[in-house]
Amino acid sequence: MTFNDEPPERGTPLSIRPGHSSPGRLERVLRAGNFAVTAELSPPDSADPEEVYARARVFDGFVDAMNATDGAGANCHMSSVGVCALLSRVGYSTVLQVSCRDRNRIAIQGDVLGAAAMGVASILCLTGDGVQAGDEPEAKPVFDFDSVSLLRAVRIMRDESRLLTGRKLATPPRVFIGAAANPFVPPHDYQVLKLNKKIAAGAQFIQTQYCFDAPRLNEFMREVRALDLHKQVFILVGVGVLSSAQAARWIRNHVPGVHIPDAVIERLERASNPQDEGKQISIEIIREIRDIEGVAGIHVMAYHQEHTIAEIIERTDVLEGRVCWFPECDATQACLSASAK
Amino acid sequence: MYHARLWSVRHARLLEAFYQCFEKVLIRLHPLFERIGYQRLEQPVAATEKVVKGFLFDCRMCGRCVLSNTGMSCPMNCPKNMRNGPCGGVRPDGFCEVKPDMRCVWVEAWTGSQRMREGAAIESVQIQLDWRLQNSSAWLRVAREKGEQRAGSL
Repeated sequence: MTFNDEPPERGTPLSIRPGHSSPGRLERVLRAGNFAVTAELSPPDSADPEEVYARARVFDGFVDAMNATDGAGANCHMSSVGVCALLSRVGYSTVLQVSCRDRNRIAIQGDVLGAAAMGVASILCLTGDGVQAGDEPEAKPVFDFDSVSLLRAVRIMRDESRLLTGRKLATPPRVFIGAAANPFVPPHDYQVLKLNKKIAAGAQFIQTQYCFDAPRLNEFMREVRALDLHKQVFILVGVGVLSSAQAARWIRNHVPGVHIPDAVIERLERASNPQDEGKQISIEIIREIRDIEGVAGIHVMAYHQEHTIAEIIERTDVLEGRVCWFPECDATQACLSASAK
Repeated sequence: MYHARLWSVRHARLLEAFYQCFEKVLIRLHPLFERIGYQRLEQPVAATEKVVKGFLFDCRMCGRCVLSNTGMSCPMNCPKNMRNGPCGGVRPDGFCEVKPDMRCVWVEAWTGSQRMREGAAIESVQIQLDWRLQNSSAWLRVAREKGEQRAGSL
């Protein structure tokens, strides 16, 4: 979908609308009340920009923004700042993931400025997995910030035009600030209060960990609505695509914080075609998520299954006929007919 | 030590009551501390604090004690030094992502806070640490900061 104030040149930012914090498409889509779709892009083990563009094209038309992970699972890949810089250069809407594991406050604040200058309009503030989760467990973990103090730091940079030291910024980073939530791990009763804390620190949107347990999500969203938090923050629920029972078990045992109920694994086990069953499970979960009051969208993390996302989004019709913007969008009729206010 | 730490969380209410009295005393002692000189007190008090809080909480002497906000579970025992709540990697059984044989510091913090009178303090946002304060006395810092406030308001 194109906006009526699309910049003439691809890669130049949109204007910042009144009441918005960023020139980003993601913020616009959400504030306009659309059900948003974001997806996780895995940065390549490569210094080739074409690798990044190829990974982005897979999502063309189906996602409102792409998250570039920051050393996901504590494994080194191309930096999220690098990936976002390449993508925003051609106009893609990106979410820069920032983890506290590898960099201290000096480096992170510098990256926020650099990324914003490169056209990044959304930042997701994460703590990050421990170094033990990745292939370099001998690395020194930093954790100078935690996710909440990081959120607060980015908000101060943006709203008060200064670094934490008080040093002035000539131009602040105009970014839409996001955080993660994981309703699926203990202490369950505390998760909603932690979300509240993140909102207080500056979070405007939330992308949750994988949801394979709709009843638990429902319970969490009930608590969210009881505190009216869904009116203060846009919640995008994390969705995964499982390819087999074996893959599901591996994720459950090796990716910190992922909760996959036994029933889901049994279903994959019994299926004659686990790949199709995996897609079917994701589709069912997305339909369930879409109908929960207070959910503003989904965040699809389909590691090694990125090629299935377009089909899954299409079959669930969560976009309701919208075609999300992509660089060749203006050349296609579909995009124009779905243009937004 | 680990067991003492878990005991402290189980007795968060008692420790909270004790600390509230203790802090009042600290603040009242501020003028005396000033006369003796905070500089001169730093080493002996920090050494005492390290022994006492080290035993009770596995205290890491971060210099900015937040035990009252964390259900008497010291957040510096978290391998990620999380000071605002658990990370997203807590294991289903409530154990730590990084150290599988340790209870998550924040799962403990949450249960401890539920036992405390002022447990809602767990909801306040903690800013990033000043790492220069490492190994310095948090007690003296409280005495000085709150003592000066009190002197100002009198």
